[in-house]
Amino acid sequence: MVFLIVSPFLAAVLAAWFAGRYPHRAGWLAFWPAVLTVLFGIELQRTAASGGRLLEFPWAPSLGLSFSFNLDGLGLLFAILIAGVGTLIVLYASRYLGGHSQAGRFYASLFAFMGAMLGVVLSDNILTLFVFWELTGFTSFLLIGFEHERPAARAAALQALIVTGGGGLALLAAGVLLTDVSGTASLSAMAAERAFIVASPFYGAIAGLVLLAAFTKSAQVPFHFWLPNAMEAPTPVSAYLHSATMVKAGVYLIARMTPILGATPMWTTAVTVAGAATMVIGAYRAVQEIDLKRILAYSTLSALGVLTMLLGIGTSHTIVAALVYLVAHAGYKGALFLVAGAIDHETGTRDITLLTGLRRAMPITAVAGGAAAISMAGVPLTLGFVGKDATYEALLHANGWSPWLLILIVLASILLGLAGLLAGVLPFRGNVALVKDVHEPPWPLWLPPLVLAAGGLLVGLAPAILNGPLSAAATATAGVPVDVSLSVWHGVTPTLLLSVLTLAGVGITVAMRGPLRMRSWNPRAGSEDVYRGALAGLDAVSRVIGPTLHSASLRTYVMVIVTTVVVLGGTALLLDPSFGFAVPLTNITVHDVLIVFLIIAGAISAVVARSTMSAVLSLGTVGYGVAMIFLSFGAPDLAMTQFSVETLTVLIYVLVFRHFRELGPLSPRLVRVRDALIATGVGTFIGGLVLSIATTETAPRLREYFAEFGPTLGRGRNIVNVILVDFRAFDTLGEITVLATAAIGVRGLVRFAASDRRNGSRVSPITSPIFRTGARLLMPLLLLFSVFLLLRGHNQPGGGFVGGLVAAAAFALYAIAFGVSRARRALWVRPLTLLGVGLLLALASGLVAVLRGRPFLTASWFPGPVALGTPALFDVGVFLVVVGVVLMMIFSLAEDS
Amino acid sequence: MEGLLALASGVLYAAGIYLILRRRLAQLIIGLGLLSNGTNLLIFAAGGLTRARPPVVPDGANALMDRYADPVPQALVLTAIVIGFGLLAFSLVLAHRVHATAGSDDIDDVGRER
Repeated sequence: MVFLIVSPFLAAVLAAWFAGRYPHRAGWLAFWPAVLTVLFGIELQRTAASGGRLLEFPWAPSLGLSFSFNLDGLGLLFAILIAGVGTLIVLYASRYLGGHSQAGRFYASLFAFMGAMLGVVLSDNILTLFVFWELTGFTSFLLIGFEHERPAARAAALQALIVTGGGGLALLAAGVLLTDVSGTASLSAMAAERAFIVASPFYGAIAGLVLLAAFTKSAQVPFHFWLPNAMEAPTPVSAYLHSATMVKAGVYLIARMTPILGATPMWTTAVTVAGAATMVIGAYRAVQEIDLKRILAYSTLSALGVLTMLLGIGTSHTIVAALVYLVAHAGYKGALFLVAGAIDHETGTRDITLLTGLRRAMPITAVAGGAAAISMAGVPLTLGFVGKDATYEALLHANGWSPWLLILIVLASILLGLAGLLAGVLPFRGNVALVKDVHEPPWPLWLPPLVLAAGGLLVGLAPAILNGPLSAAATATAGVPVDVSLSVWHGVTPTLLLSVLTLAGVGITVAMRGPLRMRSWNPRAGSEDVYRGALAGLDAVSRVIGPTLHSASLRTYVMVIVTTVVVLGGTALLLDPSFGFAVPLTNITVHDVLIVFLIIAGAISAVVARSTMSAVLSLGTVGYGVAMIFLSFGAPDLAMTQFSVETLTVLIYVLVFRHFRELGPLSPRLVRVRDALIATGVGTFIGGLVLSIATTETAPRLREYFAEFGPTLGRGRNIVNVILVDFRAFDTLGEITVLATAAIGVRGLVRFAASDRRNGSRVSPITSPIFRTGARLLMPLLLLFSVFLLLRGHNQPGGGFVGGLVAAAAFALYAIAFGVSRARRALWVRPLTLLGVGLLLALASGLVAVLRGRPFLTASWFPGPVALGTPALFDVGVFLVVVGVVLMMIFSLAEDS
Repeated sequence: MEGLLALASGVLYAAGIYLILRRRLAQLIIGLGLLSNGTNLLIFAAGGLTRARPPVVPDGANALMDRYADPVPQALVLTAIVIGFGLLAFSLVLAHRVHATAGSDDIDDVGRER
């Protein structure tokens, strides 16, 4: 069954292929929704007899997400409408689009929409309901904007997406709140928590958000404006999305939430008022339009208003009335849209002032239009009559404002009846055909509306066949058992009198429709202006904010970021009660003071330096100073790494900085003062931060863990190295990958430069014999030392990083003495190879564990007295990567022409 | 002692930020170098300072005993030093390319080229 629900998504893929391949046989695609309709029908019969059932498939159980589907009466009723009308629409579209070159795209969107819609009405999990809900919005965006060459279609699609998508976000928020309050994401389980939800302080927010979603989707006032604009869509889409299915998703949501959130004063008032307003406005606007589809769009608005209002009142009678009305409306409104499409297709216009006398040319279409129109007007023996009858009956028996609502709905029904006649009968009446040369359309264009319209008439004769399904649906909506018994004739009752009154009203308004249309109000005013204004406002704001924040200037970004950090962080620091201004100055030795003095002097000298060389040397001084700090405070590994890195850094600086010469100030004095103030602020903040952290006692859990398990689990005595190559080896793997990427980037940049510049100076080797002899002697010693560092690193200060740096320094020294080409020869392999082999080695050392069924990078040890295992292999990988990275950078920079 | 290191990393940050706010490419890179040194010092000092033994288990012992330096910030700083080196080298070469292409080491000139 779950497969059936999601099968339209699969069909979407197949349809894209099939309709692209056989554009004239696309009608065959209607087969699948037809099958679905029948299967859902069988399921509904079963449900009516033995109650709904729940199907659940976990998706992300830890998030409370599951694909669970609730096959109850309400969901299945909608599902049948979706699949059934969908069948007819696919058939219709196969001719309407008539071999359109993009037909594949159309059917793919249409089927995906169908799947999303089925997901909405059958989901039991509120979060998956949201996902499907947004999918309907997205696919309808694609469908409304199908003819995306036209700006109007694009604008309408975007508007529908923004309005309904915004509502969708409200639904997500509501879903999260509901799940939080009720403790379950299952809609069927929430109904049991109703008392708790309604009493919760979040009830108002939840109900408001749910209604926002429902009202935007079902185009209730004041969010109604998008629906008439969505008539830019191809007519089959309008018929499907904007009359029979999508716009009713909001109505569905209200119905689905009624047992969970309904029957509170807030809910009843909001839903009833919005519905009644939409009903009246839609009906009034419908009869002022002259475009067939816009007439139908506004009348659909009005019908959605009726449904919403009935659900809002929320008695079991009004719920039943809403469901009957829903089914009847899907039939006649779908038929009228399709008739309008057929007329448009044959005559090329939808202007009712031009369309007359089509009866002779399009007799079958005329029959379909007429049948649908009389059902819409509520002529007895039609399903439209049964729906209206049930509505009047229910309102006569409801309390509160129902007398007023009754007056309004009678008036709206009169106008709706007129609208139906305008769209379904008027174009065919009369003897003069203004548009010449019109023929009956091919059967796929008249059969679907005829089926829908005839269905309305036939069921109207024997409405009792709906009793079972509607009872099941009404029971699911009301939350209590409801027994529906529909019949054609109740005897002479007040309800019948109202129906007669309505029909008389329709007759009178048909006679005076001319004057009525004259009295129209400005059709552009209202909430759509608010929408446009809001969009224009957002545009204006982003036009101002965008360039201000995104100035494309690094300095501005840095200033904004550091100022923010200093102000926010500094405030937090000052407000922190544990932060004292007592500066710990104990435990200081003379050479500490000297080192810190060296660092500070280096930093200041780097700032004021006028030549690049002195700046580089100042930076080097700072680096060596920091290394000495490391040495003084029990970090020999760091000190060694820092010393070697600092040496290589200075070398790279010298190689590059020979292109930059002077460093005189460019900015005006005022700017420099401002920057100095910002920099001082940052420095002060950082100083405070160091004091604050360093004087805070933290739990030594991590330190103790590593100290205890380093020698046992990690089998190494140098805890820093054990952390790097074993406990946190995954981090290290990431870091050497970053290094490798940086080196390849450097090489690429240099080569890129070399290809477009020929002249320039290579770095010439230092030819001094003493230096060369020294280098020749020193290199093997350094290499030996680097291997020594690597090998002992697990137990004594050293390791792959330091070893690699020292080895690279050895080759760099050789390159300085004898030139890069000789150094390359001495290296034997290319740095790129070293780098690659190193990375692979590190990776392979981790995969050993995977092969043995352990997590990636878990250490494996060879038996024996010496601790030899994959971490050692990993460290060799690090070593090779570091050598490769450094040499790749230095060689390519030194060769740079 | 924390006071002295706080001073040192504060000065390094201040000098680094000041240089990053300059218009010359070369100064930007030098500033980056100072900043990365300052950060390493910050992490190191934040981990707590001790003149005690390095976190290396002596021969014959099975675990670190008595007072020893915290290995966790050391492991962090060690990789940070090497990564900082890679970053510095890359940005140096990038700056060099920009300089060669734009014919100026003034960032504002480079921006105007577009």
